[in-house]
Amino acid sequence: MSRTAAMALPRIESAGLDGWMVRLFERIDETNLGWIIALTRRCEAAFGEALVDLVPSYTTLLVVFDPLRLSPEEAYRCLQGLLGDLVPDEQSDAGDILELPTWYDPSVGPDLERVARYAGMSVEEVIACHADTAYRVFALGFAPGFAFMGLLDERLEVPRLDTPRQRVPVNSVAIAGRQTAAYPAVTPGGWNLLGRTSVRLFDRDREGFSLLAVGDRVRFVPVRREAFEAQGGDTTPMEAGR
Amino acid sequence: MKKYTVIGFCVEQAGPLALLQDAGRFGVRRLGVTQGGPADLYGWAWANHLAGNPWGAPALEVTFGGLTLVAERELTIAVAGADLGATLDGAELPLWQRVTCKEGQRLRFTAPRNGLRAYLAVAGGFVAEPVLGSVACVVREGLGGFDGQGSKLAEGDRLSVGEASFAGASISEAPQEARFDYRAPARLSLLPGAQVGEFTGQSLFQAFNAAWRVDDRADRMGVRLTGPRLRCRIESLISEGIGLGAVQVPPDGQPIALLNDRQTIGGYPRLGALTPLAASRLAQCLPGQEVQLVAASREGCLAEHRRFLASVATPSVSAYHPP
Repeated sequence: MSRTAAMALPRIESAGLDGWMVRLFERIDETNLGWIIALTRRCEAAFGEALVDLVPSYTTLLVVFDPLRLSPEEAYRCLQGLLGDLVPDEQSDAGDILELPTWYDPSVGPDLERVARYAGMSVEEVIACHADTAYRVFALGFAPGFAFMGLLDERLEVPRLDTPRQRVPVNSVAIAGRQTAAYPAVTPGGWNLLGRTSVRLFDRDREGFSLLAVGDRVRFVPVRREAFEAQGGDTTPMEAGR
Repeated sequence: MKKYTVIGFCVEQAGPLALLQDAGRFGVRRLGVTQGGPADLYGWAWANHLAGNPWGAPALEVTFGGLTLVAERELTIAVAGADLGATLDGAELPLWQRVTCKEGQRLRFTAPRNGLRAYLAVAGGFVAEPVLGSVACVVREGLGGFDGQGSKLAEGDRLSVGEASFAGASISEAPQEARFDYRAPARLSLLPGAQVGEFTGQSLFQAFNAAWRVDDRADRMGVRLTGPRLRCRIESLISEGIGLGAVQVPPDGQPIALLNDRQTIGGYPRLGALTPLAASRLAQCLPGQEVQLVAASREGCLAEHRRFLASVATPSVSAYHPP
């Protein structure tokens, strides 16, 4: 075990002149989310005007503050206080499940068949397995509105592509390792594409901008091509082999 | 641009990369939206200060040069940061001071002479519609800039300018000691981070004693440094938030200092984080230039940072706009 892992949690680590990294957990678990969301909310209230940004992730919360309004020592003590009597946000474990209607098809999910072979399942079984789980959003990153969701069923655990695609179409639904996601914009990407959702994931005109937030519960709902098109889904097939 | 109709400059020649930048986009990093803002905060802040603008006013970040602007009315401007051989109607433009630009005059940035990024501020500030609370231009995300779509300047673009509100701004010229010679070897202050102890002893010695060279793989996301191969006992972490200036070390052992357009989360171990001023300094380095990483104390760096902010008359920098 490394020395870092042996140290007690939670702990507050240096993250530059205007930031502290609060490390709450050692490994990824759904139960982390209630704690991280609770700390995020408490930081917003406690830091007030001195808060510059917050970046929650799987096991951590990065807190960025204005060093003119709050010294790093004051910020550190404030975080210590918040951690002292922190209770997890229970609402994050309840609430509605967001549904992402998804058309699973080799024309828009070019890795569907390869994933099935890799998993030793039929394409139908892969779809059922992927759509069967209510996932949690662990973090957003990579691109605006890109939500890392998990945990994917172990049977679908497939490595990333050796060579990432240059252009993954917007709304592609993808898996890699124990995670799943949908691409909010056209970007390069190395995840395995299973299909496409019809829902807009990032919209600068929507309140909150991103459809998904850390802690949300999400389910992919298989829809037929006709319903997908009726919901405004883009059926443009991917180029063969790419 | 509903409220503002005042014309400022027209772009005659765009050059490789000219971006509108305010202080940055804050409060939305949890959505995967990066910070943006000026790669050299120092030069940007001085340009705005000299133009009489408050902290945060949008200014133009001109990288490399190759940009020609035509003033469409009389404007008060200031250029700070890199010396990109700027001229006004062919005559050398004085840098780090307030200058009047008359209607029809051509402001031209040619090529890097000292540093990489020049900042053009205009009294009243450039005006654009904010996107997610900011006009900071991030090309990769398609956010901000003059058109709100994250576009760099193109020929024929017209840049609006706000009403100048400064009533005799404090100083019109930066003192000599405030101006950088970016060709001098850069000593970059780094605050050691939580994983610093995971690097081997030899690697730590090398990290802070080797002469690092700025690679040509350098942009607004990050700057790769080449030198001795650093070894860390951990190859990767669970992805977590990354602050400005974080120096991450991927398994190839060559550090990457992350700048304004970095991805919001990442999983490589880090030596620590450059201070904002050190990140600014690095952003002015050309490929091939030598830099040194210097382990620094929080107290000293904070005092230096506060002196900088006081010198550009900034009462506060926070701008949290949660969604």
